[in-house]
This record gives sequence, structure tokens and C-alpha cells, in this order.
Amino acid sequence: MLAKRIIPCLDVMNDKVVKGVKFRNHEVVGDILELALLYCEQGADELVFYDITASPENRVTGREWLSRIAEFLDIPFCVAGGISSVRQAEEILHSGADKISINTPAIQNPSFINELVQIFGSQCVVIGIDSSFHGSDFYVHKYTGDTRKSTKTDLKTFDWIKEVQDRGAGEIVLNCMDMDGTREGYDIIQLKKAKELCYVPLIASGGAGKCEDFLDLFKSTGVDGALAAGIFHRKTVIIRELKEFLFKEGIHVRR
Amino acid sequence: MKIVIVNSGGVNISSVQFALKRLGYDSKFTEDLREIRNADRIILPGVGSAGNAMKILSRYSLSEYLTETSKPVLGICLGMQIMFEYSEENETNCLGIFKGKLKEFRKENDMPQIHMGWNNLEILKKSRLLENIPDDSFFYFIHKYYVEVDENSSASSCYSTIFSAVVEKDNFFGCQFHPEKSGKAGSKILENFIRQ
Repeated sequence: MLAKRIIPCLDVMNDKVVKGVKFRNHEVVGDILELALLYCEQGADELVFYDITASPENRVTGREWLSRIAEFLDIPFCVAGGISSVRQAEEILHSGADKISINTPAIQNPSFINELVQIFGSQCVVIGIDSSFHGSDFYVHKYTGDTRKSTKTDLKTFDWIKEVQDRGAGEIVLNCMDMDGTREGYDIIQLKKAKELCYVPLIASGGAGKCEDFLDLFKSTGVDGALAAGIFHRKTVIIRELKEFLFKEGIHVRR
Repeated sequence: MKIVIVNSGGVNISSVQFALKRLGYDSKFTEDLREIRNADRIILPGVGSAGNAMKILSRYSLSEYLTETSKPVLGICLGMQIMFEYSEENETNCLGIFKGKLKEFRKENDMPQIHMGWNNLEILKKSRLLENIPDDSFFYFIHKYYVEVDENSSASSCYSTIFSAVVEKDNFFGCQFHPEKSGKAGSKILENFIRQ
């Protein structure tokens, strides 16, 4: 049986891992390779490296740390941040990344998803969605890596989830912005509804604060994996202990 | 020890090489038959489509040698799939080292068609590739086509159906998962292969 995945996200800024609350006030938490190997050792199932400076400044993720990571990591990893051309995607995949995650460029040019899928296959193409609640519905946000440029779009989250799958996306990471950094738990209502619309794997992101939040997420929503950053960086939750806890509670995880 | 990784297309080409390097082995990417003949171990890596991989093998006239060699050959993911007779993917005739054909996973409402993620093995019989790997160990899978369990299967795994996860016959070995992405258990598989 397929295991539920625990995925630490390493937000990368200027070659260091950083973490901010609600995408603001970034502080350095450590060296990329050091943290990546630590999480790997603790039993992380996959890693996401998100270059949060890449998207707004219109540059591609630096490759120097990327090939260093590919050489040492023996679990799958995904690279996100500012990938807006086939050439950039190819460079990253050739360096040893298993997946690329696209966010803002997919909103601006949705056919970019089809193009990537055609060339690299669905399994490589992850769509990241930043979503928050406004008035009566959830809406997609773009340029969330930079508070000055971060803006709400007119795109409804659930419509976008359907569209990216129709275009061939192989996986969706739904970052629930209202909960991000709060440590009050995942956005169960939004994720449950999103999961019902997904025929590709759905990864939950935003809000994890303690082991019970992961249990609640897996029990209530059926999502395929959980992404978190701050609680792992601050050692509030140790991945190995989290997995033992989930296993004892009857969740199928790799140990 | 000369290890070659047959260049059969696909993007994520460096991972297997890095995994071997972590074990202390150098390896070479090649589609040159002379180099493949000179190698001690041959790896067929696993990214891309069956149609494309077979096209490349035939363009460089590698199919015959790969089928007849007595050197240890390891097929990974797609590399294992093309060791069978036929794949529904691009309706491709493959190498035919193992009997059987690759089928596409059924489309199910509550299950993605691509089997992607960590899944556990059920070890079916004593296996050279699985030496010192405990039953129930987890490996990283990412595939849409599968082959049924038969007498050459030494381990199975279960997604929407039970399928063959490890196959071996004489000097030919195949694993449906990616050992290069499967942590310590995966490294052990590569090590077992090299020690054949």
C-alpha cells in the first residue's frame, strides 16, 4: 500500500534555507545541504526546495547548490521557484531533480503546463497553488514569494485545481495561505474539498504545528502527503518521531 | 569494475550515476556498443517511454547484445519494463528477456493512474537482488505500467492491483522502483547487483 508522504520544504533564499511567517520576515535557518541530509536521515519521504527569491525577480534557481544536493540525496526531490521556460525545467531535471513545481508562470500562461507535460511527462510536473479565502470562496494568489508583488488573482482555487489536472499536471501542492505559519493545523475544510476534485496526488501545505495536526489531516482529508517547513526547522516536530506517532495511530507511513 | 549506464533517453539521467558514486563506483553513460561489451555490469535506467527507449536501443544496434549477454544486467523502472516482451505504452515490442507484457494501471476514481510514492514489498522468494533486505521494506515507485507476478518475480507490491516489483532470471535483474531514490534500502539493491 502506498505510504502517506512527509515532505519538508526548504525555502531557499541566497543559497540559505529561510523561514518567514505568512511569507514575511524571512530568517536564516541553516545550510541547504546540511538540513536536506538531516531530514533525509530522519526519514523524510521527499524534499521540496523552493527558491522564494526566484519568482519575483524573474531569475532561475541557481544550479550550484542543486547539483551538490543531487549528488548526496538518495530520496526524490522537487525544485520550485521561477521556472518559466522549458530550458530552465530541463536544466533542473538534468541536474538530478525528480520534479519541478510551477506556480505563477502557470497562472500567467496555463498552456505552459501542457508543454512541460508533453516534453517531460506528467510525473515530473507539479503545480503549486497558493490559496486563501476571500468573501465566499478560495482564490489563487501569485508572486507569493515577494510581499511587495504578492497579489490575489480572479482565479478560483477549485476551478484552477480542475484545470491544471486537465492540462496534465502530475501532482498538486495546495498551500493554504490563511493557515501558513500559524501552527494551528492544516486547512482541513479547503483540503478536503480539494481532494475530492483531485485524480492526481494532492499534497497539503500550510499550518502544521504539532504531530496531531498531521494525524488530523490524514484522517479527515485523504491527501497523499503533508508538507511543512517551520516546525521541522525549529525542531518542534522531529520527522522520525512524527512517523512513529502516525504509525501508532494507524496511518501507513514509511519507517 | 566497469559499470555502464545505457543511454536510452530520458531527462533524469544523473541520479543513478550519483547513487553509484555514493557507493564508491564510477560509471559511464554510453550508447556505444563497444563500451557496453567491455563493461562488467550493465544498467538500463528508467526514465522516458518504452517506445522511445526501444527506438534508441535499435538505433545504436544494442538490442541483440543486451538480450544475449551473460554479464549481469539491471533494468530500473522503464529499464525493467523493456526487458519484457511487449508494452502497451506506445504499443512497443521490447527485448523479450522476460516473458510477459506491460499493462497500464486501470483508471480509478479515487486513485491516481500513476503509482507514485513509497510502497512496501512483499518478498516472494529467495533473491540475489534482495539479499539482506527485510520483507515489507519501502521503495520509491513512479510508473503507470506494470507487469503481473510470475515465476521470475522475487517480490511484489500492491497499488490498484498486485504487480511484479523485482524480477530475476540468470544474469538478468529488474526492479520496478527506483533504487537510486529509495534511501538505504535502495543502495543495498545496487550493491547486491554489483556484487553478482
